[in-house]
Amino acid sequence: MRWPSRELVADRSQGVQLATIQELARYWADDYDWHRCEARLNALPQFTTEIDGEDIHFIHVRSPHADALPLIITHGWPGSVIELLEVAGPLTDPTAHGAAASDAFDLVLPSLPGYGFSGEPAEVGWDPGRIARAWEVLMDRLGYTRYVAQGGDQGAAVTDAMGRQAPEGLAGIHLNLLRDALFGGYPSADPSAAERTALDAIATFRTSGNGYLIEQGTRPQTIGYALLDSPVALAAWMLDHDTDSYHKISRAFLDGQPAGGLTRDHILDNITVYWLTGTGASAARSYWEGGRAQVIAAGQARPEVKLPVGFTTFPDEIFRASRSWVEQAYPSLTYFHEADRGGHFAAWEEPELFATEIRAAFASLR
Amino acid sequence: MSATTGNAVGATAIRPFTIPEVPDGELGALRARIAATRWPDQETVTDDSQGVPLAMLQELARHWATDYDWRRCEARLNALPHFVTEIDGLDIHFIHVRSRHPDALPLIVTHGWPGSIIEQLKIIDPLTDPTAHGAAASDAFHLVIPSLPGYGYSGKPRATGWDVPRIARAWVVLMKRLGYTQFAAQGGDWGGAVSNVMGHHAPPELLGIHVNFPGTVPPDVARALQAGDPPPASLSADERRAYEQLTTLYAKRRAYSAMMGTRPQTLTGIADSPVGLAAWLLDHGDGWGQPAAPVTSAVLGHTANGHPAGALTRDDVLDNITLYWLTGTAISAARLYWENKLALYNAVSVSVLAAVSVFPGEGYQAPRSWTERAYHNLIYYNQPDRGGHFAAWEQPQIFSAEVRAGLRRLRRLRRGQPVREGRDLCPAKLKSVPSGSTRPTKRSPTCDGALPRCAGPPGSWSPTGRRACS
Repeated sequence: MRWPSRELVADRSQGVQLATIQELARYWADDYDWHRCEARLNALPQFTTEIDGEDIHFIHVRSPHADALPLIITHGWPGSVIELLEVAGPLTDPTAHGAAASDAFDLVLPSLPGYGFSGEPAEVGWDPGRIARAWEVLMDRLGYTRYVAQGGDQGAAVTDAMGRQAPEGLAGIHLNLLRDALFGGYPSADPSAAERTALDAIATFRTSGNGYLIEQGTRPQTIGYALLDSPVALAAWMLDHDTDSYHKISRAFLDGQPAGGLTRDHILDNITVYWLTGTGASAARSYWEGGRAQVIAAGQARPEVKLPVGFTTFPDEIFRASRSWVEQAYPSLTYFHEADRGGHFAAWEEPELFATEIRAAFASLR
Repeated sequence: MSATTGNAVGATAIRPFTIPEVPDGELGALRARIAATRWPDQETVTDDSQGVPLAMLQELARHWATDYDWRRCEARLNALPHFVTEIDGLDIHFIHVRSRHPDALPLIVTHGWPGSIIEQLKIIDPLTDPTAHGAAASDAFHLVIPSLPGYGYSGKPRATGWDVPRIARAWVVLMKRLGYTQFAAQGGDWGGAVSNVMGHHAPPELLGIHVNFPGTVPPDVARALQAGDPPPASLSADERRAYEQLTTLYAKRRAYSAMMGTRPQTLTGIADSPVGLAAWLLDHGDGWGQPAAPVTSAVLGHTANGHPAGALTRDDVLDNITLYWLTGTAISAARLYWENKLALYNAVSVSVLAAVSVFPGEGYQAPRSWTERAYHNLIYYNQPDRGGHFAAWEQPQIFSAEVRAGLRRLRRLRRGQPVREGRDLCPAKLKSVPSGSTRPTKRSPTCDGALPRCAGPPGSWSPTGRRACS
């Protein structure tokens, strides 16, 4: 490994700090055991099926409870199904986690096209709308006639698209990122103090936190070469998502203080999935696809989401979406809650809390 | 300047420098590393719209790992006189070639990103020895070609603060230390920015500048660009064309700048992967495309984006990339974007004598109208027939002719003769001109102004998502 010189600042403001990435690399090379992750994944029922010409990988965990509600949860970037493994137990087997049998879900956790163990699209067009249609096919193919969908990050884009497409079987959606707000927030004549704080956080993201988004949105192939060829390139690129998760991950490595499920091993499980499947470039391309879809759709009115919508604001997300913003985005909002803990990778970091939110959000749809 | 503090004699000394001979083992390791590259799948488009195409990079990598010979570049560099001197606490490397013509005009030429001194090697002979290149002895220059801080063989800053104005001040120290009391500055890309700021600061020793990356966008136009508005109706045809070029630049060709402007350290991997570095350095656009067409055509050996092969060679391209690799400067070079607080495309306020060449393949063609407003004493404006963003590298003869023609009037100023007849010059910044040599009548309000700053923090984007800063 050839390292660059140390950053010139004492914080994250120039990017992933050398001490953090060096400790990650040391642990990855010396102590990390992929076979543990491999065994853990293979203990779960996994499948692939071809949809719209692409092999889609998914984990499918059925609940022991007969009238469980089918739920498809979509991961984001820089995530994978690894993000969601810890919620499988609480959601499919609620009685073992202090919840009622009536809270049970049958769980479908797909890998996005170009991510993890799904196929890598060789043609343009796999934008969130096309993925949403594929998820409809997937749920239909699994025999689910009435189901719900959940997502944050890229998963929120797909889940939002499902909500707008409103396929026959979809009963409702839950989101934990208000993506549209990242592009400027929601207008308000008199923003509350909390909304002003959120607007400031969005402005910070847009001034210093979205370089990865612009690179992946316009030049995914260019950064893709380093991501395929250098493990440390991949790890650094994936660590530099949002300030909160960076600090949590950094602490996990440097101070041995993981935040919830964001442990060293889990973080490296996720990075190693990208490495072993060679999907750094194809995952980055999903942003390019999103950008292309936006250009194509520019000026066209999107269909509204009319289905029931649940939303959870996790306090350490890039910004805290207010109820009024979420209501503007989704007038059919039926559930809104501000959780006590958790950030951008809420399912990963706080799986029990996340599961509680999902149960509460969809309770009225049973 | 703190150059004379501390170990003054040693620190301010000008030390001869030899390009270090890279051990065979290191070159072998580089070749092995390239050969072992783990490649991504091909892009899903048939053009360069997702980044550097796989076929192009694989062709370059094949050449890099097999036929390419760094020793040739090493020998070529070491045939030139190199020096290092400490300025403001940092070792600055430079090539210094004096002309044999005694009246030669001292000129400091600054490279940009993703460039290095490699960009300037072909202009050394034409500029220092003009009579061997069909020009007159009176057009001769003494050439100083520094490596930017964090680039090539200059030191890597260990603290923040090495932004463009600090570099501009360091260059004046360098030229004075070399004994040049009257000199000119030239540059494109970052080198253009450094030259612009030198021109803005207007130290008494600076006779004038020539740039091929001018900052000209007027404030009202810059605001419209930032807002993503359609071209204002008041624009002329030239201005409208520039507006559209800048719109494309901001929308599609600025990711590298956004990333390096905000998170240079996150690009750690380009220090570790030769092809990762190559792709990153190749992905700088010009008016023809991204990567720049002369680079693409050199690598592929055929016409690219309408630009024929031949302006650059694969070896040219690899000399530059290999220099970054061997000096380990990928990230330290990227930090210059993080340091930057100037809006590079926006109208500078330069009052020293200025010459501007607008090459047809530059990212935008600065209209004469905007250029005259930004450079208050514009003495030369030309649009040469050929050449792009890397003009000195691509078209050294045309570039040299532009520099000669552009700075010719400075030689009159040096001799105390009138610089220009028939049009008033801004008087304020012409301190070194003997009285009577110009005929200022009134002070034009356009003679003063501030440098255009970024609208937000370093590397920031405006609320509309448009780049507020380069």
